[in-house]
Amino acid sequence: MSSLKVKNYDLTSLIIVISLIIIGLINIYSVSYSDLNSIENFFNKQLLFVLFSFSICSLLILLNINFYFKYASIIYISLILLLILLLFVGKEVNGAKSWFNLLGFSFQPSELMKPVTALAIAKYLSNVHSDIKNYKIQFYSFIIILVPIVLILLQPDPGTALIFFSFYLVLHIVGLPSIYLNIFMFISILFIATIIIGVKIILMIIGIIFSIMFLYSVYKKTKKSKIIYITVFAVLNILISSFIYENLFEQRHRDRINVVLGLEKDLTGIGYNANQSKLAFNSGGLFGQGFLKGTQTKGDFIPEQHSDYIFATIGEEWGFFGSLFVISLFIILLMRMTERTIKQTSLFYKIFSFSVITIIFFHFAINITMVIGLFPTVGIPLPYISYGGSSLLSFMILFTGYLKIDSQKKSKW
Amino acid sequence: MRDKLLQLLIISVGILIIVKLFSLQVINSSSDLINNNASVQKIYEFPERGYIYDRNNKLIVSNDFSYDILVVPADVNLEDSILISKDFNIDTSVFNKKLLEAKNFSNVKASILINNISKEEYAPIQEKLWKHSGFFVQKKSKRTYNALTAANLLGYISEVNKSEIEKNSYYEIGEVIGRQGLEKTYEDKLRGVKGVRFFQKDKFNRIIGSYKNGDYDTLPKPSKDLTLTIDLDLQQYGDSLMQNKRGSIVAIEPKTGDILALINSPSYDLSSLMDKNRSINYKKLENDSIGKPLFERGLQGQYAPGSTFKIINALIGLQEKVITEETMHKCEGGHFYSKNAFMRCHTKETTLSDLNNAIYTSCNTYFAKTYKGIIENYENSSAGLDKWNDYVKSFGFGNYLGYDHPTGQPGFIPSSQYYNNWYKNSWKAVTTISNSIGQGEILTTPIQLANFAATIANRGWYIIPHFVKEIENDSINNNYKKKNTSLVDSKHFEPIINGMIDVIDVGTATNSKISDIKIAGKTGTAENFIRINGKRKQLTDHSIFIGFAPADDPKIAICVFIENGYWGSRWAAPISSLIIEKYLKKEVNRKWLENYILEGDLTKEYLKPYLTNNFSINE
Repeated sequence: MSSLKVKNYDLTSLIIVISLIIIGLINIYSVSYSDLNSIENFFNKQLLFVLFSFSICSLLILLNINFYFKYASIIYISLILLLILLLFVGKEVNGAKSWFNLLGFSFQPSELMKPVTALAIAKYLSNVHSDIKNYKIQFYSFIIILVPIVLILLQPDPGTALIFFSFYLVLHIVGLPSIYLNIFMFISILFIATIIIGVKIILMIIGIIFSIMFLYSVYKKTKKSKIIYITVFAVLNILISSFIYENLFEQRHRDRINVVLGLEKDLTGIGYNANQSKLAFNSGGLFGQGFLKGTQTKGDFIPEQHSDYIFATIGEEWGFFGSLFVISLFIILLMRMTERTIKQTSLFYKIFSFSVITIIFFHFAINITMVIGLFPTVGIPLPYISYGGSSLLSFMILFTGYLKIDSQKKSKW
Repeated sequence: MRDKLLQLLIISVGILIIVKLFSLQVINSSSDLINNNASVQKIYEFPERGYIYDRNNKLIVSNDFSYDILVVPADVNLEDSILISKDFNIDTSVFNKKLLEAKNFSNVKASILINNISKEEYAPIQEKLWKHSGFFVQKKSKRTYNALTAANLLGYISEVNKSEIEKNSYYEIGEVIGRQGLEKTYEDKLRGVKGVRFFQKDKFNRIIGSYKNGDYDTLPKPSKDLTLTIDLDLQQYGDSLMQNKRGSIVAIEPKTGDILALINSPSYDLSSLMDKNRSINYKKLENDSIGKPLFERGLQGQYAPGSTFKIINALIGLQEKVITEETMHKCEGGHFYSKNAFMRCHTKETTLSDLNNAIYTSCNTYFAKTYKGIIENYENSSAGLDKWNDYVKSFGFGNYLGYDHPTGQPGFIPSSQYYNNWYKNSWKAVTTISNSIGQGEILTTPIQLANFAATIANRGWYIIPHFVKEIENDSINNNYKKKNTSLVDSKHFEPIINGMIDVIDVGTATNSKISDIKIAGKTGTAENFIRINGKRKQLTDHSIFIGFAPADDPKIAICVFIENGYWGSRWAAPISSLIIEKYLKKEVNRKWLENYILEGDLTKEYLKPYLTNNFSINE
């Protein structure tokens, strides 16, 4: 049992998190308001989740960090096994086997996988023998991250799987060679470009760039092999991107991407969600329609407006100032947490805290940009605000982990 | 350095989000999004389409109403289906079938259950409608025609098509637009502007109140009635004269440019384009390649004007001082315009004609010489011809006149360039000599000829002919008030008019004389050809007449054009005189002439080229 000195804890961040949870409760109430039954369902249940999560986290914060460090591998492996088991006995909701049904409660192990993977990667890399510049170490780190990604993709829940890529950002921050990030960026840009302007044109552009660079290197008499490798890589990349997009993606995925890229405009069909949500923001204007008064919200036009699309309700009922307030809370929280984490000296603490920050950041960024129509529709909740027990618990555990670690920084461990 | 990367990312994503939110919530006002908003229902209020009256305020076109019953399947109490179908006076099985179709379209959106119920049929249904939830009524307006005439002139309305919706954002699917004729030209006036009210709906499509307190609602702007320049009585009298003949009558009030009548024969019943079989009926009209009822001959028919064109050459001759009133030409039974090329003339070989005589006897030779003189009055044929072209065009020939009807043809008046291309610059006045008698390359439309008659009646000016006299609470185009002056001085018209009076008195059209009305006119007979199975064949000449009356204070100018009617005096001149008599005296006393025309039937003439290979013409 470690001591609980209140002044050691990052109380400002805690207050922000609690505010976000309260904002969530208010808006879940508003969404449910038009339909008396769903007040029972959503608001009361969320209240229960909040109390439950707080109790769990109060227990967790009392435990010594050594405990987590010691059992990290076991917890990680148990949860991996749980994810495997899920594929066989999971409850199917919206076409994905993501849920366990236990004693009348259902929960989503993939949510808990987030803090647990953070713990595992932190432990693995903080080992004195683990030099991240070492290829073998890099390989094992990737494995730790990739196993949950693959298992979650099999459910299939691409949204949650996407979040696990946040760990690569953490690895980069703690010293993974830049080449990985560069390759990742290169692939992403080529992928998007291929979708937007088409295979033929992008290949032509690559061809032109290659020719110019090749002629230049002939002229300058420099090495040509590098240029050839990059070009071959780019061409393969384009062909594979096109193959994945055309053949592996389903039409609904292509539609969602096309709507964001502006390649398709169908406001009643595939673009319905995105458009309805934009209309909600528009309807909100500068000051909002007021609590319980949103017409889009009242009309219940936006699917999942209590969970993934809750920010649309905030935008409509509280207006630009309301949404600005929420965005600011997130940014202040994330900046503050980053600021404090940078000062950490222990690699284990640092990796875990950065994982917490990047996970929250990824959720925040992807969810909000999706709701305002800058990102394709993926099922990712807004941290602390969206309805949902498993995700709330997961975010609370992540934050508790950060809080615990942050309070430790003065004592040398 | 890498520590800062995360902060940089957080800040940039934050800024991106805030900028986007700002543009969504603050800059972008609701108006452009309102239209795509599934939660907002637009309900339109359509002003009734404007009525159309004739110049004497006789109603020609008005509206009638029909009703559609619409259903929202989700709100229907299915247990009542037998009672509902009884109340709506339809078969239960039909009702169930229609309801299922509607359901397949959408359970929560309205679909048409029964369409086109008349006022009478609707009354008993209306009393019972309130008893059943899920049904409502939509009132529709359709055109009714109180006079069976002037089909192409009035035009018709029908539902907008896709390209019209794309072109003009005002229209939405299911709305109607003026498709042809005056309905098209004056669409904006006749239509008015629909009003719109916005309602907030929930996702079950229930209306839960007005949208934003009606801030975006607009009131409908009323439509405007049109008063035409057409005299309905005259128009219908013209229709009766034209039965069993093909051609057109155009009558104009010279002082105002008002078109008093535009008769096209054969015509058709406009209401056939209003009912359920409209597309079938339209196809029938479109496929009638022999009678061509959709072809408005008065505006679209381009014909050689024949001898009526001699008048213009006489006028130009006087203006150019090539001839005077007293100039005499000897007719040698025709005119040699080059070696072995001889234009025959029907006047006697030894006649010595002055201008007056040449007009009323319609002497080819006289006008050939006049035309030759005009062209040769300049340094070369090109300059001469172009001068001639300017004169002719100043009478409104060779281009669209600019009237308020969407159809028309420009006609054709050749210029030097045309002959230069054709004859490789080696041509002379005599090469184009058929221009002198309105044959050859010249093409005019009947309305151009009627306008020409009006210009002579006005002694040198015309107002662009038009069909609309007044628009309710609005004014007509200023172009229809402005005088256009021809390049021939007004003093030159008097001798010509005297010649034209003699045409009726002692000349080619004595059968068309009215005892107490002095008519000035000119007959024309135009050769024409048809292509049958690739062979060019000549048909019986067209019968043409232009004129105006009374000669010293003209109230009506006219052009009558009868396809394959042979001599101008055989059909066109008598028909003109009857129209003139009808218009000026309101009744026709010369019953014998009226009966002759009413009984006149050219059907056999029209069938000739289709029935036999060897047929004789000009009988």
